[in-house]
Amino acid sequence: MCNDLIIQDLHVSVQGNPIIKGLNLTVKQGEVHALMGPNGSGKSTLAKGLMGHPFYEVDSGEVIFNGIDVLELEPNERAKLGLFLAFQYPTAIPGVSLANFLRIAASAVRSAETNGSENNELIPMREFRKELRAKMTQLGVDDSFARRYLNDGFSGGEMKRAEILQLAMLEPKIAILDETDSGLDIDAVRIVGESVSSLVGPELGVLIITHYPRLLDYIRPQFVHILLDGRIVESGGWELTQVLEAEGYDPMREKYGIAETVQENTI
Amino acid sequence: MQKGDFSKDFVEKIAQDEPQWMRERRLEAYALYESLPMPHTTEDDIWRRTVDMRTQDYWRRTRRHLRGFAVENYHPAIGLNGDTSVEVPKDSEDAAGVILQLDGQHQHTSLSAELEKQDVYFADLNTALKERDELLRDYFMTKAVTLETTLKSGNIATRNKFDALHGAFWQGGYVLYVPKGVRVGVPLRVYIRLAEEQHADLSHILVIAEENSEVVILEDNSSMNQEAGGLHSGAVEIFAGQNANVTYVQVQNWNRQVWNFASHRAVVSKDAHLCWVTATFGGRLNKLNQAIVLEGNGANAQMLGLAFTDARQHLDVSTAQEHVSPHTSSDLLYRTVLKDRSQTAWGGNIYVYPAANYTDAYQKNDNLLLSERAHADTLPGLEIQAHEVRCTHGATAGKIDTDQVFYLMSRGLTYAQAEKLIVDGFFEPVMERVPMESVREELQEFVSRKLET
Repeated sequence: MCNDLIIQDLHVSVQGNPIIKGLNLTVKQGEVHALMGPNGSGKSTLAKGLMGHPFYEVDSGEVIFNGIDVLELEPNERAKLGLFLAFQYPTAIPGVSLANFLRIAASAVRSAETNGSENNELIPMREFRKELRAKMTQLGVDDSFARRYLNDGFSGGEMKRAEILQLAMLEPKIAILDETDSGLDIDAVRIVGESVSSLVGPELGVLIITHYPRLLDYIRPQFVHILLDGRIVESGGWELTQVLEAEGYDPMREKYGIAETVQENTI
Repeated sequence: MQKGDFSKDFVEKIAQDEPQWMRERRLEAYALYESLPMPHTTEDDIWRRTVDMRTQDYWRRTRRHLRGFAVENYHPAIGLNGDTSVEVPKDSEDAAGVILQLDGQHQHTSLSAELEKQDVYFADLNTALKERDELLRDYFMTKAVTLETTLKSGNIATRNKFDALHGAFWQGGYVLYVPKGVRVGVPLRVYIRLAEEQHADLSHILVIAEENSEVVILEDNSSMNQEAGGLHSGAVEIFAGQNANVTYVQVQNWNRQVWNFASHRAVVSKDAHLCWVTATFGGRLNKLNQAIVLEGNGANAQMLGLAFTDARQHLDVSTAQEHVSPHTSSDLLYRTVLKDRSQTAWGGNIYVYPAANYTDAYQKNDNLLLSERAHADTLPGLEIQAHEVRCTHGATAGKIDTDQVFYLMSRGLTYAQAEKLIVDGFFEPVMERVPMESVREELQEFVSRKLET
């Protein structure tokens, strides 16, 4: 119960433009939810707003996680509570090896210190390496990944696999996957989909944010939600993806009287 | 401790036990020093690098900084040997030789028996003047840093008031002479320190590596008293003989009260290789002129710069890569991180002379600003007179990226941890080319300390 992510009447704006307009959603640990919507519906705004990106302003509403309102918390404090965001466009950090970064990150989220305080105790190198190697093997990630600079010069597929590797190492309670399938070819979608699928279990709740249903072939959600113009207009099960597959978003827009929006506001 | 001053009488006083030729050079330098105005009162080209792009007033910042400087407030050392009570730092234990100097006074010299047997000469410069008169007469401020620093092309000659000050009043520093064919496998370490209030350090450094020799020098300039005001007016002259391999690392970590003026110049002979690392963390105002002259065919030099400024520090670096002969290559990479209200200016020039075909020259200056109020100017430049050359240059200056910080924080890192990782990553392209693990660790330590303050 206390590990649920509960979003209540959330309003988020970007540079003064309201994007998320009263969104309600609860994701419980162990559940897989899919949030589907066309471009411009607010998918990425929701993802970044939930993680606390400074450019995304929460105007009203609540996001309860671990029993507390996380909207006042810094992104690292949210991470420490067990929230994880797999980025649509992961940021490159030149000069910083994936392994070095992951050791600091894993040490930070696992430290017993109170939220937000600096953790200088790193996981012992040997222990960390062993764990990293095991997770890389499990996800079929190449050994050279660990030494490469974080997302620097990575292909689209490599970036997404690096995101999933981070997910596996940080062991969050709730993971938000922001268009993890975008920009990937069919094989890469399968690899990423199977990787995520192997991590799903009673300890992990997942919110898959996506435009297309194809990732969902590998990670079957129990719940499917349709996002239009910053609100969830319909919720259901797997059958909703079939409807979208057959008809696209247009009939849904017509049904709810929502005009096609212009390009999504991304920063 | 008695105190000296920057008068002609004092020049005579320090020259009284020195060879006549040195006394003459000092007096010549003094005359030049007297005749040159302070740079902030003129529009001297070498100081022009302190450009303020925003106001287009090239002189505002230099003027503002130098207004607070008066040479009368600082004192060169009297007497050449200190009380030797200063302990030699522990990290020198593995060194093949050590020199320690405090407030311009020599404290300690050691050199391994093996190197002595191979005729390696390593001594403070005042001692060297007595023991190696010929060598010094030949090299001291005659071929690299001179009173009139002239480009090899001869078309730009600059006289620097502080080089003249240095030439007149120099004391301390060291000479390292590595004979032909001697390969020094273990680094030599030098510690140059300032401690007493208002002291001046006028160290002169002379590194002469003969044909086919190899040597690594790690030099550390630092303050023992973080509050004491001070002045450094220094010179570094490096000669890499034919096919020699020289690595020279200088870490400058004076406290934030010290005025730091220096001219560094290296001459690289045929097929020789120089790896030159300059790390700057300290000082109030830094004005560094650094040049390499690729004199022989196939000469190669790497100039690596790493700097981290904070508070109201001002760092102004002018570099020159002079390609004199064909098939020479040089690669400059300077990376600077700025905090608080610190300001930096870097102006670099690659000169390729008519004979220097098949030159391969590269220069890059990148700046990372951690604060809204920090300011970096960067001015790369090329002057090419040969036909068959490959020259590349570039410069960047950017604020710390919000998305990078957000990405790292979303993985559990605090802002401070994220900033540190981004800074470490920014310095990595320089670090990975620093030849020794122990030096990299030391530099990393300085970077961490800068971030914490």
